[in-house]
This record gives sequence, structure tokens and C-alpha cells, in this order.
Amino acid sequence: METNLWRLLLSVQPSRGLVDEKFSVRVQNAPPAHPLTMHALLHSEDGDTWEAFGHYVTDSGGDVNVSEDPSLGGTYDGVEPMGLLWSLRPAPGSRPGLRFRKRDAQTPMQVRLSVYQGHQSEGFMDRAVLASVMVERWYMAPGVRRVNITEGGVTGTLFLPPGPGPFPGLMDLWGGGGGLVEYRPALLASHGFASLALDYLKQADVKNEYFEDAYRVLQQHPQVCKNRIGLVGLSFGSSVALKMSVYSNVIQPRCIVCVSGSHIQHVGGTLADIFADIAKNQKKTRYNEENQVIWRDLLLPVPTDLSKKVDVGRLQCPLLLVVGEDDQNWPVPESADDMREMMEGAGNSHLLTVLSYPRAGHLIEPPYSPHCRAGTFMAAGSRKKFIALWGGEVAPHSRAQEDAWRKTLDFLRENLYCSAD
Amino acid sequence: MSWRSCFYFLRAAHKTLYTLQEQLGLLGRSGIRPSSTMAQTVTPILSVLPTRGLVDEKFKVALENLPPRFPVTLHSLHQSEDKDYWEAFGYYVSDDRGRVTVSQDASLGGTYTGAEPMGLLWSMRPVPGSRTGLRLRKMDVQSPMVVLISAYKGHVFEGFREQPPMASAVTERWYMAPGVQRIDIRERGVKGTIFIPQGPGPFPGVLDMWGGGGGLVEYRSALLASHGFVSLALDYLSPKVAVADDQSLVYFEKAFNIIQQHPQVIKDRVGICGLCLGASVTLNVAAYSESVSPRCCVCISGSHVLPAAKSLSYVINDGYKHMDKLLVDEQNRMVWRHAILPITTNPDEKLDMGRIKCPLLLVNGDDDQSKATVESAEDIAKMMRAAGNEHLLTTLNYHDAGHLIEPPYTPHFRASNFIIQHLQQKVLVLWGGKTKPHADAQEDSWQKILSFLREHLYPCPSSSIPQAKL
Repeated sequence: METNLWRLLLSVQPSRGLVDEKFSVRVQNAPPAHPLTMHALLHSEDGDTWEAFGHYVTDSGGDVNVSEDPSLGGTYDGVEPMGLLWSLRPAPGSRPGLRFRKRDAQTPMQVRLSVYQGHQSEGFMDRAVLASVMVERWYMAPGVRRVNITEGGVTGTLFLPPGPGPFPGLMDLWGGGGGLVEYRPALLASHGFASLALDYLKQADVKNEYFEDAYRVLQQHPQVCKNRIGLVGLSFGSSVALKMSVYSNVIQPRCIVCVSGSHIQHVGGTLADIFADIAKNQKKTRYNEENQVIWRDLLLPVPTDLSKKVDVGRLQCPLLLVVGEDDQNWPVPESADDMREMMEGAGNSHLLTVLSYPRAGHLIEPPYSPHCRAGTFMAAGSRKKFIALWGGEVAPHSRAQEDAWRKTLDFLRENLYCSAD
Repeated sequence: MSWRSCFYFLRAAHKTLYTLQEQLGLLGRSGIRPSSTMAQTVTPILSVLPTRGLVDEKFKVALENLPPRFPVTLHSLHQSEDKDYWEAFGYYVSDDRGRVTVSQDASLGGTYTGAEPMGLLWSMRPVPGSRTGLRLRKMDVQSPMVVLISAYKGHVFEGFREQPPMASAVTERWYMAPGVQRIDIRERGVKGTIFIPQGPGPFPGVLDMWGGGGGLVEYRSALLASHGFVSLALDYLSPKVAVADDQSLVYFEKAFNIIQQHPQVIKDRVGICGLCLGASVTLNVAAYSESVSPRCCVCISGSHVLPAAKSLSYVINDGYKHMDKLLVDEQNRMVWRHAILPITTNPDEKLDMGRIKCPLLLVNGDDDQSKATVESAEDIAKMMRAAGNEHLLTTLNYHDAGHLIEPPYTPHFRASNFIIQHLQQKVLVLWGGKTKPHADAQEDSWQKILSFLREHLYPCPSSSIPQAKL
């Protein structure tokens, strides 16, 4: 079959989308019942190559519609409109332990979608492409403003939605890897929330007052509704969120979202005390057959002593827990069960919603982000690198990301936009 | 175009937008806190999906979290490259759940009425107090049109600047898809811009010609490239190009060859698309060129009534000879449609349409006040019937559409300023058309133009391979 006798048309709509927007990918003008491979290629800021692909057969009209037709194999199968993004994985020959994260939230991810002849599974760089288009995926909607925050000793980045405001606010607390991770708050601002990404692990001895200062900075911003502020945390950030909400007189969020978090922590002291406590249990570290680190046992068993876990029975605002049941990094499912028990005992369990996802792992990110089952991890302040096992399987984890994000946005809107004063 | 340059353009666009927002008092930049009532008031949630679209893509505008049965005005605002402001607005009432869905709900008034998903774009017009005779056209196609969409309390018809909206969103409208390349062409005396789609190619090609206003108008070519056609926007009237006095078609043939010879173009799949005078040139080339054969032609708001063997400047001057037929209406607008009426029966004064050898699509508005395009199309059909090539002809006539049938969702203007190039005289020209039918015509004709070009220019497997097993 000579390919130069026909030219196919590849179209993607929208060609510039937010990272959580669905796109529609269509091929037209090919021969009927013809095998084709849809391929996605992404270069990370670090120069690594990620790819995904699906095998399709054109219909009687010579068309493929990725939103409706099944992939017969590849990095994803079945009818998966967004499979070309969420099943992206490092190309063969890549460095081990890679994790895809966008450092610059102001520029888009650029994904090249291509069509290849037949059903291919490798060697894409050496094969002729039938057609390709460039697709942009943005964390920031047009009009969202990015503001550096350095006041009162607080280091962070504030993302403001377009418009006059005032807007409900969110404090976004990332995990133990530290640094200033901006892409999630940029995306939250694109959905109408003034979102503050907080850098809180620069020093080992960060004081609890630091979080209160950051909360005040957010409250006092002229475009933020001071009584409509929520907390969103991931992993260690969730622990901080829970502790601050229960024990701080300054931090009184209207709602909290804890992704892959736990309430198990040394309650009395600072973050440094919490880390020291965890370090004491080093011997509970396990390794799988690929020598990847499993840290979930370090916090187990769930303590009964109230000085060792946040007393969530004292929470006064709605709490959404997002749980990956295959989390190998933290004992998130066990913590969620214990939190439920504590809240039922205290009579405030009506505030609790738990989203629990079978075969999802620890890193539950915005939708269509590539899944990372195990990746290089370096705790803030340490120089030692590990390959941490995060857990989760690609397809169920990706479904969890999509579902959890939608429900998280609904929860935030419900509690921060819609609820009466 | 690299992502980096894309970002810089976007930042520049945002700067314009923030200036815009500040001027409209929409930002609390002065540090003055909104009133305490406002700080407690719940704001509605306004969304536009997709946030960034191609100019011909539809968007969905929705409002949530309003009180039920609440009157709101949805408003759009855009600042053109000439610094004029354009706006549109529609009146809505939220449903029992406090929602407004623009693609489904009916606007009860404003610059558009009824259920119109794209009304906030196509019904835009210059804000009160603007200069007269304005026309909205994007000259820099590498940056997007930035549109601010806002929701106001109640049904507002003026003074949008004097009150802050309840909520705003920003959307970008692009003529160029990511990865489309833009290249200046200055070759063999030909001046233009070529747009190349992303991907390995090869692609079909289109020679794209605008009308008698002259200059280098790139946006339709950029959009065609975003749909898979290598497209050359041709400047053929600028004084430097000096083609107007050329009696032959050499300039256009050279331009056509430049496309054909491009390494990413399929040589025997190049068509021509023209508007107004560009459409006349298209017919001239298709009928009389001995060296180029377009595979298909699209003529928007054009006519075949021009003498074949004469230069462009002769043709243009000739048009002004019939001054007695050129009316000026009560608002001092030039009405040119009668210049060629009645359609001449003298074969020397019009192109011989019996010589057309390729499929031809004519797109016309029956309220065209600038050129008698519908009458021309009827005469073209008659000539082709007589010559036996009428099977090549498709005519689309749009009721109450005017002369300037552009890509969809761009605003309609019934009249605008026009500079008569060779006289260097500025006049106000009546193009015709009524806003809503004209907008519908733009949307429908664009889809049909793209289908027509795909059908004739994209090689199709079923027509070129035998029914053998693959």
C-alpha cells in the first residue's frame, strides 16, 4: 500500500487546552479498515522524552475518532479519549525513576500528536509520520495573574483569576519534596480560586507561625474573600493542613482537601519534630524486588495516643480525603479509616467525605498527567536520592485523577463559592 | 513558531488586557479594598470553554452560582490593534438552579437575541463614542485576539465601564494553530506570506487573494494552514509590487508556481481562493492562464464582469468610469453594486466562463451593496450551461448577507472606511448585510469552503487505489 496516494487529515480540538480540558482527536481521509497508530510525544523541561501510543483501525469511512473508537493495544486500550496523555511514559532508554512535573507554570506543555502507518510499538523516531499536529496544554488560563509573594518572611506564589474579584482563596501545600510547586495552584486559579503556593521546607526548623503568616497574607489580599479560604494539601502538605486547621487559632479554613495524606504525626512540636519522629522508624522501610523504597509502614500502626495523631474530632469544617488504595508511600487508606472512626466518635463525621480509588497510588495529580508508579525522590534538605515506590497502576490511577479532580473542584465550589455566610 | 515566542506574544497580549482592565477600573490594584458587603457577597462563576480556541471554533460560555431567576448581562470586550474598543452583550435570566448556559438559553436582548452560542463575538460593534467607519481585522496573526467576557448584574445597555462586573473571564481566539509556520515571501518579484501546517506534509496548497483594499491580509491564509493547507497570502496591489499595470497574468502565475514548487506541497493539488477583486483575479487565472491550472477555485463576493485582456489598474479605473451608476446614499456611503448592472451581454467585457476547467465554488450574499455578485453568478451559470461545463459550478447564495464574507464569528459591519488605492481617497463604503444572517452566512460558508477544498485538494484513498486487499 503506497502511502503517497492519499493524505490523511489529523485534527485536535482544542489545539490549545487547559491541562484538565478534554480534547477530541480525529483522523480523516484514510482508506477504510486501515490500521494506524496514534502517537504522542512530549519533551520535558529536563530534556527527557515521554511517549504514548494506541493502535486503531479506521472505520468504513476511513476515519478514526479517538473519543469513540477503541484502542486495540499500545500504552492504553479501549475507548479512551485522553489516553494519549495519561498513558505517557518515559521513552525506551530513558534515565530511571522519572516523574513528569512542569516547573514553569506559565508556559504550556507541548505535545506532538502523530499518525503512523500500521500498528507500531517501537522505533517511532525512525519511522515516517503520516501526519502530525502540535497541541498545547496549559496550566494557566488566559488572564490568570502570577504574583511573587515575599512579604512578612513568607515565600510563595499567588495566582489570581481574571476579573475584579474578590475571590475565595486557597493555600496549596505540596509534599515532602519541598520547593515551590506552582502548577496545581495555577490550575486552581484558572477555576476561580486565588491560590497561594507556599514554599515551606526551605529550612528544617520551619515554625508553625510561618503557616499562620502565610494564611494572613492570603486573607489580607484585597482580591481575596477573607472568610472564604480553603486548604489543599498533598502528602506531607495534607498533614500540615490537618494539624493547622485543628490546632491553630489563626488558620480557620472553610474547607480542607487532603490528597494522599495522613493525620498521624507528632502533634506538639514543629515540622522538624515530625520528621525526627518518622526517622526513628527507619527500620520499618521495606524494599520491593526492584529495590524501590516502600515507606508506608513508617507511620504504622495507627496510634491510639492522641499526642501522636491530629484530633480530627475537633475539626469544624468539611474535609475531603482523596485516597489511593495502592499507596505504597504513606498509609493513606488506614489513616482515612481511623479518621472516620475518630470523627464518628466525636459526632462530626457529617463533615467527612472520602474518595477511595482502588489501584491508585500516592501521587494523585491533576487529570491526564502521566502516572508515576516509582520515581526518584529526595526529601527536602537531604542529599540522598531514592527510588520511591508510589504505587498505582496506570489506567486505574488515571481514572482516579480525573474523577478526584472533578470532585475536588465541585467540593471547593460548593464550600467556597456557594455556601451561605 | 517556538513556544517561547508564543509565550512572549501572550505576555504582550496580557499586558494589553491588564491595561484594559485597569482602565475599566476592574482591578483592585490601588489597594483599596472592595466594600465589606462585596467582600462577603458570593460571586458567580463564569467559565469559557475552551479558554483558547481557533477563530472558527465554537466556545461554551456559562454562568453558575447566581441566585435563581436573576437577570444578568453577559458582555464581551475586545481592544483592536488600532486601539478601538468593540463590545457585544446579551440579556439573560438564570434558571431555577442559578445557571445561565449561553449555548442553550435565549438572549432576551442586547446586540443579539435568541440562543446564540457565539453571539458575543459576531455581534460585536464599536463602543459608543468610537470613531466611525471602523472595521475589525487582525493584522498580526501570530498573536491571539484577546476577548474579556464579563457578567453584570441586571440588564445593562450602556455604561459598562462605570460599574464593576460580577465576574470576568478571558479567552483567546487564534488564527494560527500551534506549530503552523509563517514565512515571508519575497521571491521573483512576488510579495506575500506563506503559512505551512505542522507535520511532515506534503500538503495541498492554496493561493489566497484579498480584495481591492490592497495590502497583505494574512488571517484567512493562517486559518487555512491551521486546517492543513499550505497557503500563500498574496499582496498584488501595493505600489511597490507594481503588478497593477501588468497586462498579463504573469505575477499570479509566478505566485502559483512558488506554492507548487514548495517542497511540502503536492504539485497537482493547488487551488485558488479569492475575495472581491481577488475573486475576479481567480477567475481570470483559471480561465486564461496557459501555464497554471488550479485544481479548484473558491470565489467569494466576486464577479466575472471585467475585460479579460486588460491590466488590473485598467479594470479598477474602468469601474469608476460608470460614476453615474455609483450612488451615494443618505448617510454618505458609496453604493457600488450598480456599476456592472445590467450584466453586459458583450463577450469582450466579461471573462469567458466557458473556459473554466476546474470545480468552482461561488459564495455570495444577496444583500451585497458593493458588487452585483448574485447577478454575476446567474450570468456565470448561463455561460457555463451554454458551454457545457456547468457541472463544475456550485453557487452558495446567502440571504441578507453582505459583501465581506469572512471566517466565522468575526463581527459584521454594514459599512466601513475604504481607501481607493490609486486615488488615495478615503470613502465610506456600504458593504450591506444584516448582522445575524451575515454571521450565519460566515459560519456556514466557511464549513462549506473547507469541505470543498478538502474534497478537491486532499487525495482520497478510495479514488486512487484499486479495491485490492490491503
